Amino acid sequence: METQSTEAPKTPETLARPLPVAAGACLLGLLLPGAGHVLLGRFRRGVFFLAALLALFALGVSMDARLTLRIGLDDPLALVIGLGQLAVGLPYLAARALGFAAGDPRAAGFDYGVTFTATAGLLNVLVVLDAMDVALGRKA
Amino acid sequence: MIHSHLLALLAFSALVAAVFAVLLRDDARSRGRFGAWVFASFVLSAVLLGWLMTGLTR
Repeated sequence: METQSTEAPKTPETLARPLPVAAGACLLGLLLPGAGHVLLGRFRRGVFFLAALLALFALGVSMDARLTLRIGLDDPLALVIGLGQLAVGLPYLAARALGFAAGDPRAAGFDYGVTFTATAGLLNVLVVLDAMDVALGRKA
Repeated sequence: MIHSHLLALLAFSALVAAVFAVLLRDDARSRGRFGAWVFASFVLSAVLLGWLMTGLTR
């Protein structure tokens, strides 16, 4: 004979967190890639994002990328790239503090480095949005 | 430090494809297939564009 369970099925909606937790996950994710997922209990996914985005960013820095934020609309692409790099969070600040901000425009890998570092940050924005979806119960 | 253009392309494609696969697919099997598809698309389109652009240098 079947017994009826009183427990609600674990759909994404039932796993929705309070708004402060969702906001905290997003802020944490902006500070360190994947940290928002770890806060929400998605440990493996968070560690994977941290490893992949740190590898992308570190490879870019090793290729002599410049890490500067140019505020202004005279060069919109430079603004997007600068904001993208900034979106990596603490690794960006750490790299700047360690003296990697200037880069070397004469280096063969300079353009690749800028692309790697900016892409790491822009991907982190997607990762933060994914963490928000998880926190709000829109995604498992 | 990566000194090879091809190695840079492969590393970039692999890392971005892996992140997209985990973001956009839910189970391991479809992640693997989608990641491989994205990776191949990155690499093949770059090689194809590079091959087409060799005509501009001649």
